[in-house]
Amino acid sequence: MRHSALVRVTHWLTAASFAALAVSGIAILLAHPRLYWGETGALGTPSLVDLPLPMLLTGQSGWGRHLHFLSAWICVLTGMAYVSGGMAACHFRNDWFRSAEPPKYTLLQRVMYTIVVFVLFPLMIWTGFAMSPAITSVFPGFVTALGGQQSARTIHFIVASLLVLFVIGHVVMVAVAGFSRQVTSMILGGESLARESRT
Amino acid sequence: MSRLLTRRRLITTGLTAIAGASGLAVAARVAGEYGLIPPDHGGIYGVGETLTYASQRLLTSRGSLAREFSASQISTVAPINGPTPLTFDYQQLLAGTFRDWRLELDGLVARPASFSLADLHHFPVSRQITHQACEEGWSFIAEWIGVRLSDVLNTVGVSPRAKYVAFFSFDDFWESLDMPDAWHPQTLLAYGMNGGELPTPHGAPVRLRVPRQLGYKSLKYLRQITVVDSLKDIGGGLGSISPDLGYSWYAGI
Repeated sequence: MRHSALVRVTHWLTAASFAALAVSGIAILLAHPRLYWGETGALGTPSLVDLPLPMLLTGQSGWGRHLHFLSAWICVLTGMAYVSGGMAACHFRNDWFRSAEPPKYTLLQRVMYTIVVFVLFPLMIWTGFAMSPAITSVFPGFVTALGGQQSARTIHFIVASLLVLFVIGHVVMVAVAGFSRQVTSMILGGESLARESRT
Repeated sequence: MSRLLTRRRLITTGLTAIAGASGLAVAARVAGEYGLIPPDHGGIYGVGETLTYASQRLLTSRGSLAREFSASQISTVAPINGPTPLTFDYQQLLAGTFRDWRLELDGLVARPASFSLADLHHFPVSRQITHQACEEGWSFIAEWIGVRLSDVLNTVGVSPRAKYVAFFSFDDFWESLDMPDAWHPQTLLAYGMNGGELPTPHGAPVRLRVPRQLGYKSLKYLRQITVVDSLKDIGGGLGSISPDLGYSWYAGI
């Protein structure tokens, strides 16, 4: 499969920053692995779910938060470049929203990529902003629309888990389709469709 | 590829790099001038800190107010992190129900002053019901009663050179705010909570409340406030114990 330079560069920047976000997100979560619904929640109040994780009251959230916000910036800026570049090149319209001739992606890929890029990632950013007391001072609707700051935190965790599941599925599919050829084409650009169809 | 093209490309790349570097230097200078660079801007994590601080300072530049809640939303559980100071000084003040407590206010001010609890009660009372989130993830809503920091600062005459206000506590913590947060109408010196006096574990007799930032910026057990033009002599040089413990100086997240 032939991938444009924009797709290849933003793919790996997203992969690296998402890995950093997932690891640092877990580090932050370990400080208080309980989830709540509504505005508030703490030890001594009923939780929605107590995650089966150790509660590390000290230690991991300092570097976790630093890495989380640095990689969030990289991920969001990369995503903005990817979406605006992809729109300019009609990548989404031609390759995702309708079946190209010859087809570049399967229906499952097109549906999953659309959900990840246009639903799950925007939800991560939205729920992230909804946890910020400075941002919600300017846009209170960000958090009230979700039912409160703790609801935003809970949705942030659920959507992050869905994204991790997507990444696992994605890597499995790549492995099934031929790991080294797929990864090489995502790094170097790969063969053109015309040549691919001849082999 | 011809040698000419290679040389041309080399020159263009070089010029672009120089233009980029000087552009960055100018941008950093302008950003510093407008108060968009946080004290902990150094290192790789400092890049993220600077982007967050600069964009949130621009976003909140019209003095946006933290969300306020109704009395019915006040949490029944208000957890406490950190022990009450055991130092002799503090225990003695506690035993005397803080009659001898004084809040020192000095630094870049025209009239350094010292306030008793009774002095603070003479200022107009400010109340807020706000949400406080700990960086760990839990949160609660409480009513805070106190005096606006800006009202107290106005009585001592803050120098135009002031860039930060530093706070020192009886549990030997220190913290600092930039001037937009120091002058912000919701930044309180709180002496009351949920209709009563400020409970000892919540920072009696007076704590800071900064509702547009995470809980750790709301320093408890205040003893001294110093107005400064630089944080390099405050604590570890970053004006707050938080960066020394591995946390961000700015916690608007």
